[in-house]
Amino acid sequence: MTSSAVTPPVLELRNLVVEFVNRHGTLRALDGISLSIAPGEVLGVVGESGAGKSLTGAAVIGLLEPPGRIASGEVLLAGQRIDQLPVEELRHIRGKRIGTIFQDPLTSLDPLYRVGEQLIETIRTHLPVSEQQARERAIALLAEVGIPAPEKRIDGYPHEFSGGMRQRVVIALALAAEPELIIADEPTTALDVSVQAQIIAVLKKLCRERGTAVMLITHDMGVIAETADRVAVMYAGRVIEIGPVRDVVKSPRHPYAKGLMGSIPALDERPERLLQIEGSMPRLTAIPQGCAFHPRCPHVMPRCHEARPVLEPIGAGQVACFLHEVRS
Amino acid sequence: MLAFVIRRILQSCMVLLTVALLAFTMFRFVGDPVAQIVSLDTPAEEVRKVRESLGLDDPVIVQMGRYLYKAVQMDFGISYQFRQPVIQLLAERAPATLELALISSFLSLAIGIPMGVYTALRRDSLFARVFQSISLVGVSLPTFLIGILLIYLFAVTLGWLPSFGRGQVVTVSGRWSTGLLTVSGLKALILPSITLGLYQMTLIMRLVRAEMLEVLRSDHIKFARARGLTTRAIHFRHALKSTLVPVITIAGLQLGSIIAFAVITETVFQWPGMGALFLKAVQNVDIPIMAAYLMIISALFVTINMVVDLLYAFVDPRLRATIKG
Repeated sequence: MTSSAVTPPVLELRNLVVEFVNRHGTLRALDGISLSIAPGEVLGVVGESGAGKSLTGAAVIGLLEPPGRIASGEVLLAGQRIDQLPVEELRHIRGKRIGTIFQDPLTSLDPLYRVGEQLIETIRTHLPVSEQQARERAIALLAEVGIPAPEKRIDGYPHEFSGGMRQRVVIALALAAEPELIIADEPTTALDVSVQAQIIAVLKKLCRERGTAVMLITHDMGVIAETADRVAVMYAGRVIEIGPVRDVVKSPRHPYAKGLMGSIPALDERPERLLQIEGSMPRLTAIPQGCAFHPRCPHVMPRCHEARPVLEPIGAGQVACFLHEVRS
Repeated sequence: MLAFVIRRILQSCMVLLTVALLAFTMFRFVGDPVAQIVSLDTPAEEVRKVRESLGLDDPVIVQMGRYLYKAVQMDFGISYQFRQPVIQLLAERAPATLELALISSFLSLAIGIPMGVYTALRRDSLFARVFQSISLVGVSLPTFLIGILLIYLFAVTLGWLPSFGRGQVVTVSGRWSTGLLTVSGLKALILPSITLGLYQMTLIMRLVRAEMLEVLRSDHIKFARARGLTTRAIHFRHALKSTLVPVITIAGLQLGSIIAFAVITETVFQWPGMGALFLKAVQNVDIPIMAAYLMIISALFVTINMVVDLLYAFVDPRLRATIKG
């Protein structure tokens, strides 16, 4: 664990379980997620679509879409439990203490209001400032995220901005009230490759300057390798490996993480074929008993069918796999 | 912006020209007007003179041009049945119809939009379900039936409101006869405007509800939630505004059809408006009135359409950009 005794982690998830209840029964979408993010740290969360990455982010800010709900477990923000707060108190945390960036900047902004109006309304919702002060702050924020001529652009409408510029505005909105934590859900996926790097650079710089912690949700391993301090790998609603980015990317321990990292083409070598994991991730309705990965695992053992491995410390990280338990 | 307005005005002129052509053609398909003016034993010489004096011996194209030329100057000829200028007849009755139509539109928006918002935000509440069921009745019951039912209930059984007419009217600035300034005039307005507006009201309610539910699922609302905005700001500042963009179009077009289809309501309530005049004209084959009514209504439709487009641009900055370009 990276949490020190002095300062509690900015965010800590303890055994978080998210379920969807409908007529057909209960679907367990997140199954016992435990992770923590230290102040100023960037935690990458990776996994295939449907692994529960975005759901984890939504659960933290209390914006799970019904019928989804937190069934058990705890969410702690700076040591204080927030998953049981009343709706209105949680709203004060959203935007103020936890900023959020969504995938698609083209649709994140309200097309009918000027960029400045949206910034000012966010600032004034969370900070006790006047309209004029909020406007000045909004201009400063736009300048910080690298929008040229911010005092002019502040009166532009979202459609007058390009995709990359809009994502900068979204970042400015997320940073508007100086949050301790930013949840960035696929912040670059919808952007051009050339713009992606710029956005990541802006995000990284601003968070480092302010000491803001980031939960960076993405399936882009390149972005993770470049940005994150630690990585959590998710599979079928569980964290299967978590550790320093160098370790997880260079020498992953969990067979799934190995497969995932092996599927990234390296620039300096040209393998015949990219590594590929046989099969596909199970649907929520059919998650196998024991280790969720066992039907696809090349190292499957009899006990993988019955017992579910839990995260065990190994090296600087943690892995949920019996292979490593046996060895250690 | 200016280019857009000019373009729309030119397009509108084309539409009106087409309607005028249709209106004019009506004259030529319902028999010889001279035959209606002269009696059976009028000498042939006399008939020829009448025909000449009315310009009916000119080529069709000349007659058409003359009709258009006069129509532009708001001269739609003389009514066959009333022996009065058509425009004067219509002008006398226009206030009744316009007041009725505006009040019903106002009611349908003022009640329909809040009901739609309510049923969208409190989707599972008892009231929302009740509204939703009532709105089905409003959408599916024919206007005349609603009118008769209302008359039966409020005029015949309860005796609270008059069943026909405009009540006492006051003439304002010498031309406009209004029922809005007297108690009996306002009372007389209630039943017809509800009858005329009920369909629009339920339509708008259902539209607002569907649109609002859609908007509440959209990304920018999700992001607004993530920004920690208050529920009130999310619902009324952001979601409602997005909802109203398409509602404007429908409401505008509905105002046009409310005016045009006031015919039925005016008949049920003996409302002395343009619709009732039109119906009488149809019964008596009074072509000048029918033609003029057709043209005025289409001019109204075209104007409303244009205003709606401009309003649209006013609300939605994205469209403002396309209009400018």
